[in-house]
Amino acid sequence: MAKLRVGVVSPEREIWSGEADMVIAKTVDGEIGIMPNHAPVLGILVDGGVLTVKRGDGDDLVAAVHGGFIAVANNDVSVLAEAAELGSEVDVAAARDALNRALASIDAESTGFDAQLEAKRARARLRAAGVEV
Amino acid sequence: MGAQLRQLRRRIRSVRSIAKITRAQELIASSRIVRAQQRMQAALPYEREITRAVSAVLSYDTTAEHPLMVAKENPQSAAVLIVTSDRGFAGGFNASILREAEALAGLLRERGIEPKPYVVGRKGIGWHRFRGREMHGEWSGFSDNPSYAHAKEIGETLVEAFTDDNGIDEIHIVYTEFVSMLTQRPKVVRILPLEVEESEEAPPGGPLPYYEFEPNAQAVLDRLLPRYIESRIYNALLQSAVSEHAARRRAMKAATDNANESIQRLSLQMNQARQAEITQEISEIVGGANALAEAAAGKE
Repeated sequence: MAKLRVGVVSPEREIWSGEADMVIAKTVDGEIGIMPNHAPVLGILVDGGVLTVKRGDGDDLVAAVHGGFIAVANNDVSVLAEAAELGSEVDVAAARDALNRALASIDAESTGFDAQLEAKRARARLRAAGVEV
Repeated sequence: MGAQLRQLRRRIRSVRSIAKITRAQELIASSRIVRAQQRMQAALPYEREITRAVSAVLSYDTTAEHPLMVAKENPQSAAVLIVTSDRGFAGGFNASILREAEALAGLLRERGIEPKPYVVGRKGIGWHRFRGREMHGEWSGFSDNPSYAHAKEIGETLVEAFTDDNGIDEIHIVYTEFVSMLTQRPKVVRILPLEVEESEEAPPGGPLPYYEFEPNAQAVLDRLLPRYIESRIYNALLQSAVSEHAARRRAMKAATDNANESIQRLSLQMNQARQAEITQEISEIVGGANALAEAAAGKE
């Protein structure tokens, strides 16, 4: 079966590239699963989403992706993230810390920074690292 | 004579310490060029993909309209983003970029457009302050190592000013293009309003597929264009950073070479002065001895 060529890039670096059997991402319309020979799609990704790249041998790649786009054409999948982090690179303690701080400021109804967004991002990072939240 | 010798010695010492500083600056700059170049390389895939995505949307829907693409009929003012460095010691780097910006300002005024400077880098900010020119935006502290967050901040400010009704009608960037280690040249590009070029040639990477858009083409374009602008600004910042290091390395290499040449010349002068001093002392001694001998001979 044909394979997908996947590239995950952020403005500052290429995060990951390689072959895969399936890519699952979350666009503003909902989750979308891409398999080989998928029709060309250009979608907007949600903030704080989790991207899963299935590579067949159980060695899946999970990344937290914050905003950006996914473009699929001719079995080429490019994920253009504004910011992204591989699950294996996530500092779980720091992410948990960020989540707690964000939740605390939501509770306190402070308007200093976008706490909802921060919480969403922190959750995505934790999920990508394989931690249940 | 002794005074001259002392003075020369002092000058050699000071030139030698200048040479040490410039040599160190040169080495630092050379090591940073490599890193800055790697960052520039690392940013390429994203840039390529986003350009492709924008072309895809626009070629799919050639009637697509977006506020960022509409040129105003009677442009009144233009933002000029001037990318300079935070530190000097880089030869003509900042001077040439500011000269280019001045030339652009002149051109804009001829067309009846008022240029509004937005300045990146401490050197450029200082230049504008010194001349009492108003700046509409200033950013500093990252010229040698910009991150995407900086480009985003600048991009948001500019796009906001552009979409505001009373704001600016055009956006230009003046930055230093990195051509090679030896050549960097100031470059002016207009980033807004975007120009759609009709081209018969196939875009790099093969013809563009007919995408389905999620949720729709307009929404995707709305999100894509600001990112595209930011990516362009980020690219300008990165190129400017590499150019800054390259210019600094070249300037510091020239300074080190000049200092070494000065040291040689001064050493030569110093040796001459020392030799002259010794010769004079000898002739004084010989003269004195002769005089004594003559006096003794006269007594006899």
